[in-house]
Amino acid sequence: MSMIRFEHVTKEFAGGKRVLDDVSYEIDKGEIFTIVGPSGTGKSVSLKHMIRLLTPTSGRVWIGDDCVSEASGRDLSRIRSRFGYLFQSAALLAWMNVEDNVALPLREKTNLTEREIAEKVAAALEAVGLSGEGAAYPADLSGGMQKRAGLARAIVTQPEIVLYDEPTSGLDPVTSRRIDALIADLSARLGITSVVVTHDLQGALAISSRIALLSRGRVLCIEPPDSFSRSTIPEARAFLDAQGIRPSGA
Amino acid sequence: MTITREAPILPVPSGPLQRIGQRTIACIAETGRAATICFASVAAMRHAFAPRARAEIVRQLYVCAVKSVPVVSVVAFFIGMILALQIGIELRVYNQEGLTGSAVMASMLREMGPFMSGLVLAASVGAAMAAQIGTMTVNEEIAALEIMDIDPVRFLVMPRMAAMAIAVPMMSFYTCVLGVLGGALVSHTQLAVPWETYFRNAMDFASVKALWVGLFKAFLFGFIIVTVSCYEGFRTTHGAVGVGRATRRSVVSNFLMILVVGYFVTRLFY
Ligand SMILES: Nc1ncnc2c1ncn2[C@@H]1O[C@H](COP(=O)(O)OP(=O)(O)OP(=O)(O)O)[C@@H](O)[C@H]1O
Ligand SMILES: [Mg+2]
Repeated sequence: MSMIRFEHVTKEFAGGKRVLDDVSYEIDKGEIFTIVGPSGTGKSVSLKHMIRLLTPTSGRVWIGDDCVSEASGRDLSRIRSRFGYLFQSAALLAWMNVEDNVALPLREKTNLTEREIAEKVAAALEAVGLSGEGAAYPADLSGGMQKRAGLARAIVTQPEIVLYDEPTSGLDPVTSRRIDALIADLSARLGITSVVVTHDLQGALAISSRIALLSRGRVLCIEPPDSFSRSTIPEARAFLDAQGIRPSGA
Repeated sequence: MTITREAPILPVPSGPLQRIGQRTIACIAETGRAATICFASVAAMRHAFAPRARAEIVRQLYVCAVKSVPVVSVVAFFIGMILALQIGIELRVYNQEGLTGSAVMASMLREMGPFMSGLVLAASVGAAMAAQIGTMTVNEEIAALEIMDIDPVRFLVMPRMAAMAIAVPMMSFYTCVLGVLGGALVSHTQLAVPWETYFRNAMDFASVKALWVGLFKAFLFGFIIVTVSCYEGFRTTHGAVGVGRATRRSVVSNFLMILVVGYFVTRLFY
């Protein structure tokens, strides 16, 4: 059963700029699906279609049995409640400290007691390596720390599907591997479906079940990590070579 | 209500007529949207008594009212002084400078109190509100709220609206009091009107109706300032430049709305 399905999705912005061009693919339940590709090719735009922050110009996006690109009102709320979303910009609320930011979805959307919330928040912050920073305000954190706080907020509700927009950008290699491990662990332990947008192929090859290469609005290939790293598609090769990854089996 | 939205893709206008048509439709749609934000926020007031909402309203009240006291005080006092001086000079021609108090009181209660507090709060609190909401919009924080299924209108606009609906009338009353006192000072020192005469005349002319009309106006101004500022904030695009633009537009629209609505409310009651 596919969890997320793009059906001939085309997206044009004002001025006729075509960012997605007849894109179709399916993401299965429990998968870690990674989208890579050059900057500005519509990776973030793809993620935004999955939660209807953007609506396709034509085509449909399905989440399970729901057509998210045509849902509205209560239906849309219900579909969105299945998601956690890590924004490329982290998008933390500036006037709340990290703890309150992470607690926000729990406070607003569940009936948990403050104590249960505090426990969950502490666990989420621990998972992203931010315990002890709970009282800090977003403006006082580094970019990478904000990113991790955003990640904690995305996963604290234990959603079915988590969309990660560049979870490891701006992080040191050690923390990057830790975040990769966290993503892998969440999907293994809780069966979370993950969609990861990243420029970090090392991490992508290590944790993904499949990797999609997006370039100029088109999906060039969707391959499991081992065949992706042996890919002969020029765009994929350029990507792999730039990060010093040699075809292993070839 | 849904706040994040995409600009509609319109066909390139084939001529000036179609361009005017497109602009007109867009203008009406945007006005409707601002009105919807206002109504949705009023409807969301039913959540105003939840503990967290209450705390947020109190916090906003502090920002809107308490923090504005210094600037409102200075403006109010000087408006009273200017009014007394202007009117007093004219009245002295007819040897009626004793009536300065009545004139100051009447104009403060009905017009200048709500008007000046409205303008001051629009320029300070309203501008800050537009800038903050605008920054949140370009930072995708509003989108983040919406996908967490947290209604930005209930979460952000409603507490501000509740706070301003209380703060503007309060500040308006305060402006009236300080204005009348400022007028007294000028009447006494510049026009040699005895304190007692000034205040007796002032109180004789202090009508309850004028007070209520003034407070009602101020109440409306509170709604206008929050609606306009949040609406402008929500439609911000293009980063920091856009935030600057949203702030400027919110101040201009607020000033115009306060002027126009103020006039019509007076017309309605007198
Ligand atoms: N709301 C929008 N309005 C107009 N154009 C947009 C909008 N959002 C994105 N675009 C355009 O779509 C293209 C793809 O943007 P997107 O953010 O998906 O890139 P990306 O693949 O995520 O790149 P990066 O790796 O740098 O994050 C860009 O050219 C961008 O200018
Ligand atoms: Mg992106």
